Amino acid sequence: MERASVARVYDYWLGGAHNFAADRAAARQALEAMPELKSVILTNRAFLRRAVRYLASVGIRQFLDLGSGIPTVGNVHEVAGQVDPTTRVVYVDIDPVAVAHGRAILAEDPNVTMVRADVRDTASVLESAEIRKLFDPTEPVAVLMIALLHFMPDETDPYGMVATYRDSMPSGSYLAVSHAGFESGEEPFGWRRARDLYERQVTPMTNRTGAEFARFFEGFDLVEPGQVRIPLWRPDSPDDVEETAARYPGFGAVGRKP
Amino acid sequence: MTDRTFHSVSPSATGLDPAVLAGAESFARSWATAVIGSSYVPMTRAEVADHLRALTELLVGALYTNPFRTAPGYDIGTRLVEAHFTSTDTLGRTVQLLGDDLLTALGLAGDERMRSRLAALQGALAAGYSRALRERTLAEQEAIRAAVLDARDQAETALRASEARFRAMFTEAAIGIGIAAIDGTILDVNQSLQDMLGYTVEEMRARNVRDLMHPEDAASVWRLYDQLIRGECDHYRAEKRFNRADGEQVWTHLTLSLVRDDHGEPQYQVAMIEDVTDRHLLQNRLRFQALHDPLTGLPNRALFLERLGKAFNVRSPRARVGLCYLDLDGFKVINDSLGHDIGDQLLIEVGRRLDSSVAGEGRLVARMGGDEFVILVEGSAGTQDIVEVADRVLRTLEGPVRIGGHELSISASIGIVERAVAGTTAAEQMRDADITLYWAKADGKSRWALYDPERNAREVARFTLSATMPAALERDEFYVDYQPLVRLEDSTVVGVEALVRWQHPEFGRLAPDRFIELAEETGLIVPLGRWVLRKACEQARRWLVEFGDSAPFVSVNLAVRQSRDPELVRDVRRILDECELPPTHLQLELTESAIMGTADEPLEALRSLSDMGVRIAIDDFGTGYSNLAYLRHLPVHELKVAGSFMEGLRAADGADPVDAQIVATLVQLAHALDLTVTAEGVETPAQAERLRRIGCDAGQGWFFARPGPPEDIDRLLHGD
Repeated sequence: MERASVARVYDYWLGGAHNFAADRAAARQALEAMPELKSVILTNRAFLRRAVRYLASVGIRQFLDLGSGIPTVGNVHEVAGQVDPTTRVVYVDIDPVAVAHGRAILAEDPNVTMVRADVRDTASVLESAEIRKLFDPTEPVAVLMIALLHFMPDETDPYGMVATYRDSMPSGSYLAVSHAGFESGEEPFGWRRARDLYERQVTPMTNRTGAEFARFFEGFDLVEPGQVRIPLWRPDSPDDVEETAARYPGFGAVGRKP
Repeated sequence: MTDRTFHSVSPSATGLDPAVLAGAESFARSWATAVIGSSYVPMTRAEVADHLRALTELLVGALYTNPFRTAPGYDIGTRLVEAHFTSTDTLGRTVQLLGDDLLTALGLAGDERMRSRLAALQGALAAGYSRALRERTLAEQEAIRAAVLDARDQAETALRASEARFRAMFTEAAIGIGIAAIDGTILDVNQSLQDMLGYTVEEMRARNVRDLMHPEDAASVWRLYDQLIRGECDHYRAEKRFNRADGEQVWTHLTLSLVRDDHGEPQYQVAMIEDVTDRHLLQNRLRFQALHDPLTGLPNRALFLERLGKAFNVRSPRARVGLCYLDLDGFKVINDSLGHDIGDQLLIEVGRRLDSSVAGEGRLVARMGGDEFVILVEGSAGTQDIVEVADRVLRTLEGPVRIGGHELSISASIGIVERAVAGTTAAEQMRDADITLYWAKADGKSRWALYDPERNAREVARFTLSATMPAALERDEFYVDYQPLVRLEDSTVVGVEALVRWQHPEFGRLAPDRFIELAEETGLIVPLGRWVLRKACEQARRWLVEFGDSAPFVSVNLAVRQSRDPELVRDVRRILDECELPPTHLQLELTESAIMGTADEPLEALRSLSDMGVRIAIDDFGTGYSNLAYLRHLPVHELKVAGSFMEGLRAADGADPVDAQIVATLVQLAHALDLTVTAEGVETPAQAERLRRIGCDAGQGWFFARPGPPEDIDRLLHGD
């Protein structure tokens, strides 16, 4: 509680109250450094909603949300549940408070559960009792890494981690990724300050370029519209695409394992 | 927190005028535009617009409803929060937009009653929103706090479980475990360690690690301990002894590990201690068995040699080591006559006596095997020390030993070597002790002998000579010199004595006194003597051929052993035959003892030779104890008077009348027995003259000629 957590800072930005003073202070300071951050966060959350709706529409009924944080407003099982209430969702996070909270609110729902694990420890995630219980290993699954990989520096081998998850999926499965990043020279105003503050108080961040982002999808076929800035991925309406969308500091894509 | 309720707001329920509905529709669009992006709602833009249109219709319905109620406004505020319009920006924009645009959009811009109703509904909306947001916030705060507590509980449960596991491991471990602070204060010990050392936890806690120091600890144990405490090493293993509470000792394998704090500073020390006492005692027993004699319990040869080797490793120039090599006299007789059982009992008793009389610091009594024992005196101060030990040992063995009804008297011979360690080796000292023991035996047993390097050198040389003599004979390293026997009356050479020499490749020319005795010991004297005899006869034959009647006879020495050789007569005859030498040209010289002390058989041989015509002379006459009465019955032709009597005849004026009288008497005696007399060792003209006057027949000595090659005799015979 003394230290801000990624999950609770995110919850605060989304307008939730699942947070403490330290989380709110960190969130506010980052916002002060970069006022657009709020819209960046909301847009990222909207990507999750659109991606899950898309995946549900192509028939996916198993979702593995890695680094889910607190299953707060607009979470996966709500969005997917609107299409099919029997959709099975497993949330994974390392934050014990987020997991405790998730388990409390999900206790009544037999199709949704939460695993406490380090997503980098792929074996303990994939071999977890929860996944064995809820998932049919022969059925396609959607693995979500929403605002996750930019918390993993190259030294921790995020590419290898993604490949391990890929290799565990049956054919016809999907990977959805959103990731903070931009091409060189595009750095948004106040970004570095906001990031420094965030790194100091919460956790380090690694922004990646489009090319670096693309490597996460090795072994996948990207679905339309491919790899784009997050607001441009299957927007709900043209009104949602603002002028600034093309410079939005984050990439999004969904790929299908052939 | 689920928001699946927003679809329930149905516009069809209001039943309003189409114009009013169109106005409401228009307002709802403005409203959506104003609030989108102010809060995150999991809806598309179209869904947001739908939701707000329904709320607008509800609001408009409330404006027109009579009696007027503010409850719908309250409800709308609640529903905004439920749809997750939780940002207060949303409320602000909503209230402002309602005041600014709604009445205009409905065409009621100047209607004061409606304005008043709207104000009331705005208030109710704000109240409903606030109330709902407050409820939601409180609920979420409660949920997240509950989650924190939950997570903490789980973490604590996990910690407790883990702690219980570790505690069980500590408590139940079969290996002894102890934890101490860096200053050595013992903090905790497990049951195994308590059992091992015999102290309770409380007793151990009252102690310091350094109190566990044992006098036998290797220095490295505590040096490593200090290094570990200083944080210079993280763990070490050692063999260590502990004193138990009951005074017994425990041998252990100790592993000490350092536990550091988060900053890397030494914080605790953890000891893992395994009791290896049984293994240690077994090893000790095995080692003892390997290094001790099972019969006497004394150290055995292996242990003795190990200790001796160590004593020689001392590099000090003053370090000395003494050794007594002891062997019982006549043990074999006891063993053979009374049986091995008695022999073994005797050895046990000897071992016991040796051990009790000698034992002490720096002294070791060991049984080498059989009836051989050895005493090692380390750090000896000089020969006197070890001679005292040897004397004490001989005394302690003096008392008779009673075994199984027998009373056995025993004695021992001891070889002593005592010397400085520097410049020698353990093996050399052992060898010399062994040799010295042999001397003690040879010198008469029941005594000690002290190693004497000169005696040893002589013996070594003797040994070398006797060992190389047979080969020397084959290689023709021997040769014969001749010394004339001169008739005093007319200075004619009547005979020559053959004297064997050894041209040794290493020691040079050796006179007979250096090797004849050895040859007698080894028996080589027989072939050597035969060889000399042949050489001398061959030479005599040459003179006979050259000088005819004036050729001298050869006089050849016959050793005692030769004189007893049963082949003697046949050998002499064959050699004379082969050399074609008349027996009268050969004289054999024997010592008094060889002739006087002989039994019948050799005497028979001498008689045969004499009968054959060979002359027999008694060599060195006057030095033995001749039985003069017996002399007349012996087949003897000549006496050779020993050179020692010549001393008194040296001066012309009769310096020693006794000597002169003896020689004169001998000559008279010889002549009475019809023997000729030759005086040996004649060195001066005066001696020769006196001898001539006395009536001595012949002389031999430097005065006439030194021994030399046959060519020297040739010259004499030619009268050169």
